[in-house]
Amino acid sequence: MDVWSSLMDGFATALTPMNFLYAVIGVLLGTAVGVLPGLGPAMTVALLLPVTYALEPTSAFIMFAGIYYGGMYGGSTTSILLNTPGESSSVVTAIEGNKMAKAGRAAQALATAAIGSFIAGTIGTALLAVCAPIVVEFAVSLGAPSYFAIMVLALLAVTAVLGSSRLRGFASLGLGLAIGLVGIDSVTGQRRLTFGQPLLADGLDIVVVAVAIFAVGEALWVAAHLRRTPLHVIPVGRPWMGKKDWGRSWKPWLRGTAFGFPFGALPAGGAEIPTFLSYVTEKRLSKHPEEFGKGAIEGVAGPEAANNAAAAGTLTPMLALGLPTNATAAVMLAAFTSYGIQPGPQLFSSQGPLVWALIASLFIGNLLLLLINLPLAPLWAKLLQLPRPYLYAGILFFATLGAYSVNLQAFDLVILLVLGALGFMMRRFGLPVLPLILGVILGPRIEGQLRKTLQLSAGDPVGLFSEPIAVVIYIIVGLILAWPLLFKLVRRNRPAANTVSTAEATAAHSGSSAPAGNPVHADNRVLADGTAASDSSAHQDKKETP
Amino acid sequence: MSSLTTGLKGRAELGVALLLGAAGVLVFLDANGLVTPYSQSDPVGPKTVPYIVAGLLVVCAVLLAINVIRGGQGEAEGGEDIDLTHPADWKTILPLAGAFILNILLIDWAGWVISGTVLFWGSVLALGSRRYVRDGLISVALSLLTFYGFYLGLGIALPAGLLEGIL
Repeated sequence: MDVWSSLMDGFATALTPMNFLYAVIGVLLGTAVGVLPGLGPAMTVALLLPVTYALEPTSAFIMFAGIYYGGMYGGSTTSILLNTPGESSSVVTAIEGNKMAKAGRAAQALATAAIGSFIAGTIGTALLAVCAPIVVEFAVSLGAPSYFAIMVLALLAVTAVLGSSRLRGFASLGLGLAIGLVGIDSVTGQRRLTFGQPLLADGLDIVVVAVAIFAVGEALWVAAHLRRTPLHVIPVGRPWMGKKDWGRSWKPWLRGTAFGFPFGALPAGGAEIPTFLSYVTEKRLSKHPEEFGKGAIEGVAGPEAANNAAAAGTLTPMLALGLPTNATAAVMLAAFTSYGIQPGPQLFSSQGPLVWALIASLFIGNLLLLLINLPLAPLWAKLLQLPRPYLYAGILFFATLGAYSVNLQAFDLVILLVLGALGFMMRRFGLPVLPLILGVILGPRIEGQLRKTLQLSAGDPVGLFSEPIAVVIYIIVGLILAWPLLFKLVRRNRPAANTVSTAEATAAHSGSSAPAGNPVHADNRVLADGTAASDSSAHQDKKETP
Repeated sequence: MSSLTTGLKGRAELGVALLLGAAGVLVFLDANGLVTPYSQSDPVGPKTVPYIVAGLLVVCAVLLAINVIRGGQGEAEGGEDIDLTHPADWKTILPLAGAFILNILLIDWAGWVISGTVLFWGSVLALGSRRYVRDGLISVALSLLTFYGFYLGLGIALPAGLLEGIL
């Protein structure tokens, strides 16, 4: 079956009244949690997992698709109306978006974000529909050695490239892998890290782990540092754009999409780098460079498009290879497994209707977002005024409920609290959360591939290099690991002579501290990767990793 | 910030290194305790990966300790509602954790409606709301709604506990 007819079948499934209703629920829910501080799409999908066990997998995934895109959209609303972005991917949007809002152009900022997200999301989803089957075709020929290598690459890339400290990323990865080890070893039946506790024999439920780290850890962390003076929310009417704004927005939308999709599709995905590249590009190409830093619409349009296109791109490795590269994709992958669906290149053939319904619902969700959210923007802005005690008590309440309803065991709540405390500690000391979640989810699968590989070669480690793809990937892994050294060498040879964009881009790449000679103060905030703008550069120099 | 508090903060992060190291040793000892006959079909065995993970954790622990002693610092995570200018507010966290633990202790015996009410009410109070009556009513309503919602909508029977027969 070719892509087109499969996609049409997908639309037929996704447009049945019940499934369409789930898409609407997903989009509304996703936007709401994206707007609300402290909640993100990954956490929402994790919280909803136990609830959706009663649903058909197809309906559940249609809802997840809505939450996924809705969350992205909601995040940008928050960062435009408040100056403190919740997700690292909307940091860049906040720079110009909030300036626009302060200058009384909130409606235009929201409109360009919404329409740009729609265009980028639609193009991105179309690219996903075209690319994923091609990747699958290529991937089905790969054996265990190549899979092992690809998964190692994904883990290392996410750990080493994203975030501000590689060392802390690896520490987080180690903890995640250790959590993933808990339970009965599937090959030999040995109990690992169960400490004689029968309740641990089945391993830690991924829902409990994800809810603990995302929801409980976050709620405790915010509670410890709750802002006592509420932030000022800029009031907004219905978003709209004039002719001039359209003229200034459409090229950044397309360029942002071009940056976003490929970066999202790479194993080291993430939206930080493409949103940042898009911002720098728009700033350079703009006919109004003087407006940048004061609220230039291009600086909202480009990064927002990049953000959404990256979100679509991320789904390519997730669906085609079973390889998640952001937190939401990781939790969705866990959802596949809990429905008894094996993720990987076989997914398209074994679960074709489900996958195509999911892709079709991404298109539908995108359109719904545009139609629903333009008129609802003032309502979403009101949501930001929800009293914080209710918000965070509610997060704890639903986290408990979600984790408990998986197995109806109070023991799971003990785990929830312990891992929640771990999540608190990680936020306090700057350990990124994503490597841990990926470690928990991919760890057992990596181990499986490793054992399969060496079983084929009868224990000879040469078996790891028996496929050419695997060798190529190990070379890339080597380059990623050696990158900080290379970066230092390059910087030593030509200090401060770099052009602004390459210096900034490479700095964002390696996740290191602020580059020397960075002329725009606002850009420091971008490099601080989602942290407070008040980070002085003196402080940033300290966190360079060895 | 005075040099004393900076020193203390540095030392607090050494605790993270300690935790990583302890986790590494734990994983190592646990793997070491496994008995595995050599098998042709599984040359890797259940021990190899734990050993690698243990190694990663211990190496990270050592490097992190060095990094912290040299003045490195993890950056605390920011967010919309987070104000990092004041130190961690334990007067909020401890009651919050208390409400959470109370829920764990109560849930199987007293049932979700009671324990969930305690959890939400306790959390809201800990987080600084002072409208006791309204908060209490909202807590009871939330617990009841979720109880019936899960039972009727999803077929998941949350424990009724003490209220068994009434609900």
